Amino acid sequence: MSNLNINTIRADFPILHQEINGFPLVYLDNAATSQKPRQVIEAVSHYYLHDNANIHRGVHKLSQRATDLYEAARAKVRQFVNANSDKEIIFTRGATEAINLVAQSFVRPMLQPDDEILISHLEHHANIVPWQILCEQTGAKLKVIPMTQSGELDLTDFDAMLTERTRILAVGQVSNALGTINPVKSMIARARAKNIPVLIDGAQAVPHMTVDVQDLDCDFYVFSGHKMFAPTGIGALYGREDLLNAMPPYQGGGDMILSVSFEKTIYNELPAKFEAGTPNISGVIGLGAAIDYMWQIGIDNIAAQEHHLLDIATRKIEALPGVRIIGTAAEKAAVISFMIEGVHPHDVGTIFDQQGVAIRTGHHCAQPVMEFYDIPATARASFAFYNSEEEVDALINAIQKTQELFA
Amino acid sequence: MSDLRELYQQVIMDHNKRPRNFREIDHANHLAHGNNPLCGDKLVVYVKLDGEVIEDVSFKGSGCAISMASASLMTEALKGKTIDEAQAIYDQVHKSMTGEETDRNLLGKLEVLSGVKEFPARVKCATLSWHTVHAAIDSDHDISISTE
Ligand SMILES: Cc1ncc(COP(=O)(O)O)c(C=O)c1O
Repeated sequence: MSNLNINTIRADFPILHQEINGFPLVYLDNAATSQKPRQVIEAVSHYYLHDNANIHRGVHKLSQRATDLYEAARAKVRQFVNANSDKEIIFTRGATEAINLVAQSFVRPMLQPDDEILISHLEHHANIVPWQILCEQTGAKLKVIPMTQSGELDLTDFDAMLTERTRILAVGQVSNALGTINPVKSMIARARAKNIPVLIDGAQAVPHMTVDVQDLDCDFYVFSGHKMFAPTGIGALYGREDLLNAMPPYQGGGDMILSVSFEKTIYNELPAKFEAGTPNISGVIGLGAAIDYMWQIGIDNIAAQEHHLLDIATRKIEALPGVRIIGTAAEKAAVISFMIEGVHPHDVGTIFDQQGVAIRTGHHCAQPVMEFYDIPATARASFAFYNSEEEVDALINAIQKTQELFA
Repeated sequence: MSDLRELYQQVIMDHNKRPRNFREIDHANHLAHGNNPLCGDKLVVYVKLDGEVIEDVSFKGSGCAISMASASLMTEALKGKTIDEAQAIYDQVHKSMTGEETDRNLLGKLEVLSGVKEFPARVKCATLSWHTVHAAIDSDHDISISTE
C-alpha cells in the first residue's frame, strides 16, 4: 500500500472525471501516454498567457523570462536523472529523436562495415529502427540479445555478445509491451568493462522509478515527457559531457552556432550545440512542471501505488479462467499484457471501450516481441499512480463481459 | 452496450467461429494478400475466375472477429457472381459501412457488417477482405495490399 490519497491525486487530473459511453472513464493506457495534472496544464498556459517569447535571443523582459523558465526546467531534468551538469541535458522531441541523435552523431562517425550494434529482443521500434538505418548506411550489423518465455532478457551469452566490434549497447530499462524491468545496471557495468558505450531507453522507466544516470553509469539515457505527465513533443537526452562535446551536431540552424559566415561556422557550446532552431519552449516548461509534480507526490509513493495495483490486478487476472498474461518477469513495472482465449485483442479493445475502459491493443510498437510469442497482438493494461483499486475491478469486469459476449 | 450487440451480432459471431470457405483453392488464378498492420489482421484471398464469373472464392488468415466474419461473408456473397455483380455488392458494402443509403436487395445478409459504422476504428477490419478480393480480381499476379 502507498501513502497516497487517491481522491486528492485524482482531483489533480481533470480529464479523468468524465464518462465514456455512459461509464466512468477508466484510463489504463498509461504506457502509451500518461494524463497531465492541472499543475502541468497551468504551467503551460501560464507561460502562454504571461511569458511567451523566443529564448536566448531577446534583451527584452519577456525573452529573459522565457529563457529563465526554459533553463530552470533543464536544471530540474538534470536533477531528476542526477546528471553531473546542465550541459549534459539536451532537449529533444522525445525518446525517438534522442535515439536517432545518438545513432547519427555519436555512433555513425565511428562505424566501419561489420562493426556491431547490440540491442535486445524486447526493444520498442524506436530502439530498433534507428540502428537498422545506421546499419544500412554503414554496413554495420545489428545483434540482438534474446529473450525468454517469461519475457526477460536471456543474458546467458551476453558477455560473448559484447565483442571488440560492438560500438554501442542500446537497451530499454523497462519493456513497454510486457513491463519487464531489465537488469540494466549490471549490463552497463559488463559493457563498460569492455569500453563499450551504452544507451539506455528510459521511456518506460522515468514515470515509475527514480533514475540516477551516475549510479547506472550509462553514457546516454533517453526519455519522453508525455509518458511522465508532461506534454507531448518534448523529451530529453542525457549524455556524458565529454562524449557530447566530441560529437558533431545533429541538425544545423539557429541557436546551435556561435558565429556563421559562408567560409566558416563555429558551433555553440553544450547544450545549445544540439538544440538547433526554436525549441518546444512550452513543452520544456511543462516537463519541468511535471517533474515538480512527481517530486511533490514522491517517486517512491508513485512506485508503491503502482506496484500495489500491479499485484492485485495480476492476482485477479490470474484467477480468471481463459485469460493468459503475456510477460511474467519477476521484476515488472505496472504493465499487464494479456490474451483472452478465443477473442482477438482488437475486439477486446472495442468491447472495453464500450464500458469506458481504455486499454491499448495491438503490437505496441514491439513486433519482434509479438513474433516471439507467435501472437499478432495483445491487450495491454498499464497503470499510473492515479489509478484506483476500483479501476482494477472495472478491468476485471470488462474481461468478464467480453468473455460473456464471446461465449 | 447496444451498439456493441449491433456490431457483434449472432451472424458475425457465427462466421467468426466457423468461417465459411476458409481454405486455399488449388488452382486459383487470382490471389491477394491483405494486411491491417494496426491490429495485425492478415489474410490471403483466393479467387478462381471462369471468364467473367467468380467460380470459387476463399480465404485463409487470422484476425479479429470483424475481419474474419467479414471475409467469410464476402466469400459467400461473391461466389458464383459475375465481376460486375461483385463490384455492385462491393459498392453497397462500402456504402453501408460509411452510413450511406444502400440497396437492401443487393446487400442482403451483408447488412450485419454495417454495425461498424458506429466504430470508426474498426471500419478497416471490416473492409480488409473486400479490398483484398478487389485487388485479387483486378490483378493477374500475386499482389499485397495494406489498409494503412
Ligand atoms: C520503451 C519505449 N521506447 C521509446 C518509445 C518512443 O517514445 P516517443 O514515441 O515518445 O519518442 C516508447 C513509446 O512508446 C517506448 O515505450
